[in-house]
Amino acid sequence: MNGSEIFNAQLWMTALSSATPLALAALGGTFSERTGVVNIAMEGMMLTGAFVAVLASATLHSAFLGLAAAILSGMLMAVLFAWGTIRYKADQVVVGMAINVLAAGLTGYLLNAIYGFTGTPPDTPRLPDVTIPGLAQMPGIGAVLGRADLLVYVMLLLVPLSHYFLFRTPLGLRMRAVGEHPQAADTAGIDVNRLRFLGVLISGALSGMAGAYISIGVLNAFNVNMTNGRGYIALAAMIFGNWKPVGAFLAAALFGLANALAINLQGLEGWHVSKDFVLMIPYALTILALAGIVRRTTPPAADGIPYEPGH
Amino acid sequence: MDVVLELKGITKRFPGVVANDRVDLDLRRGEIHAVLGENGAGKSTIMKIVSGLYSPDEGTILLEGRPVRFAGPREAITAGIGMVHQHFMLIPVMTVAENIVLGREPARGLALDVRRAREDVRQLSARYGLEIDPDRLVGELSVGLQQRVEILKAFYRGANILILDEPTAMLTPQEARELFRIMRELARSGVSIFFISHKLDEVMEVADRVSVMRQGRRVATLPAAETSPEQLAELMVGRSVLLRVERGEHRPGEPVLAVEGLGRAARGGRAALADISFEVRAGEIFGLAGVEGNGQQELVEVLAGLLKPDRGTVRLGGVDVTGRSPRQLFEMGVAYIPPDRQAEGLVLDLTVAENLALKDYYRAPLARRGLIDVKRLAERARALVVEYDVRPANPAAVARTLSGGNQQKVILGREVSSSPRLLIAAQPTRGLDVGAIEFVHRRLLALRDSGAAVLLSSLELDEILSLADRIGVMYKGRLVAVLDADEATRERVGLLMTGATAAAPAGAGTAAAGAGAEEVRRP
Repeated sequence: MNGSEIFNAQLWMTALSSATPLALAALGGTFSERTGVVNIAMEGMMLTGAFVAVLASATLHSAFLGLAAAILSGMLMAVLFAWGTIRYKADQVVVGMAINVLAAGLTGYLLNAIYGFTGTPPDTPRLPDVTIPGLAQMPGIGAVLGRADLLVYVMLLLVPLSHYFLFRTPLGLRMRAVGEHPQAADTAGIDVNRLRFLGVLISGALSGMAGAYISIGVLNAFNVNMTNGRGYIALAAMIFGNWKPVGAFLAAALFGLANALAINLQGLEGWHVSKDFVLMIPYALTILALAGIVRRTTPPAADGIPYEPGH
Repeated sequence: MDVVLELKGITKRFPGVVANDRVDLDLRRGEIHAVLGENGAGKSTIMKIVSGLYSPDEGTILLEGRPVRFAGPREAITAGIGMVHQHFMLIPVMTVAENIVLGREPARGLALDVRRAREDVRQLSARYGLEIDPDRLVGELSVGLQQRVEILKAFYRGANILILDEPTAMLTPQEARELFRIMRELARSGVSIFFISHKLDEVMEVADRVSVMRQGRRVATLPAAETSPEQLAELMVGRSVLLRVERGEHRPGEPVLAVEGLGRAARGGRAALADISFEVRAGEIFGLAGVEGNGQQELVEVLAGLLKPDRGTVRLGGVDVTGRSPRQLFEMGVAYIPPDRQAEGLVLDLTVAENLALKDYYRAPLARRGLIDVKRLAERARALVVEYDVRPANPAAVARTLSGGNQQKVILGREVSSSPRLLIAAQPTRGLDVGAIEFVHRRLLALRDSGAAVLLSSLELDEILSLADRIGVMYKGRLVAVLDADEATRERVGLLMTGATAAAPAGAGTAAAGAGAEEVRRP
């Protein structure tokens, strides 16, 4: 493989595949943080979703029921997270970390308790690939976008939908208002905590979906700590994307591309730079973004602050 | 005139306090009814009950003669009661239209109908004479315009009763005057207004009737035309208050502060200073007047060592101290009362005793061999809270728990007890009630009479006129005039503050400033 062959269809497919779970979770995170809840628990929600997807898919012999169960499990973790952070106004980062530790322990334990050393069943159904007629036949782009896992297309659809929802609908306006100035929203007759709960719940659903993609989209198996920090990377993508759906998607795509490049570069002759450096680029960019060097990011004004009426 | 809203026997208790004690209050259609009281008198509580934020423990609210109970702000809004909070409930990153329709958005299918929102705002604007651009971001508007958005928000929700909670606290004098004009117009068109304030002159200027609250009770309701500031102050405080503290004869001594050709470019959101020269002598109060944002605060911060000037010199007792740090200046006898006591004056989560030691904790007698002598610190604090009448007189109280007036007394105690040669006081009475203002004024005059130099920067022109021996007027970063107290009238200083001289040709400027004004050099 030489330099020009690096950017082949395989690279773009890998990039899109790597970007999908990041983008799904980052979109969810955008909803949560736009309402003012810092959601570091996406990692745990994702991991739970990944495990439950395999569990349900293998037990019920249906990848779609696996997906549905994964989404529900992500939402269940979100309810737990919301209960601590919104109902009891505990520190969002602390509760988020607790959820992540809980998810890691719980999935690891259940994996061992249910499947023992043999791992998840090899006949676990995985989510189907979808072929887009017409697009698949097109040269170049067809090889990348013509045929992919169902959730890749779901993700691509959710990007404009999320944007429309947040920035064009009354409910989106209210959710953003809650994240910017909860007192103002409250005095305008908006139920702050209900909308925050909704934001966290959407985040849980999309994180669960992202987890399902990792376990029964790309593969049909679950192993210990399978998400491997993707929840945090999704959080970084959301921040790099400036708390906007389209931005979050583009940032996730960039992270996915870096990941794909790092894989492809290993096969490149005469290339002596460690792949770790390539993998590092998106994170370095995120740090620079947060420091306001690459671009200015502005979080919602009340992001991370529990709402106490009357203050 | 018919009564729109009537409160009967409203009582509200909080743990340990009765915030409202059997309060009766009524609002007539089309009137401006001022509710006057010191901080903590219960005027905010009663308004929060009217606007549905609190529910009363006892008593009834009659709206158009019918008893009502509000379970929350939303119900009060639906009933036509709109509250404009002192701290605006606006989202800076959203447009004027978005802020106004929030919670009651016009929709078109699933989407927000932006065009109709804009149109609705335009119509309201026109109907109430409150001009505003619906597409501007709220964060880009001046405070006065933001308040206009708040008022429109209430009208968008169908309010015909408006509660304005300390609406002038954040406004410049010009914006306040504009607000009063709007209030009168609204009242004429049939809107009934509760106007919460602790400022006597505003109440006298704009209200039809005045209700005075003290310690949770309504002590009087009077037509504004039949009362006087003195009577209202006495009702508020419960004893007679001197609204103007007597100022003894002006006996200036040697110059303590001498500023020569001071200049600083505008940067970092701070106004520019240009060619400022003046002196403050021992035994005098030099008042710095001006509309907010004309460089007074920048000048004060340069003199306090917080900002570095680009050119010019600052001398203290003849010694060049230009560019010295706040601590170096403190050690040379400069004390500073910052304009924002919560952000700059105090560390709110430290105790009163610790706050009193912020300037000299590091040196004898408070510190020995690098360690703070806690016993001495507490002893001195105990003496100071008594001397400066801090309530509660408890040095171990956390500063945050004190009222604004008592917080200011802590700052005053810290700064004045260091026996400074020069005290720089910026907005020392902002947001304080009349009793506390009187206390601060007495202390400033006592310091002056003991031979210190005092530089007083204030946006309250009356404060400057009653305390200062000489008055400097700032406009666009320049000291446009320095007047002696006996030649400074409200009108004349007010005119100078609006740049009447600076805008006119040099010759005309001198005339407008009037004979006797010490003309300040211009480049």
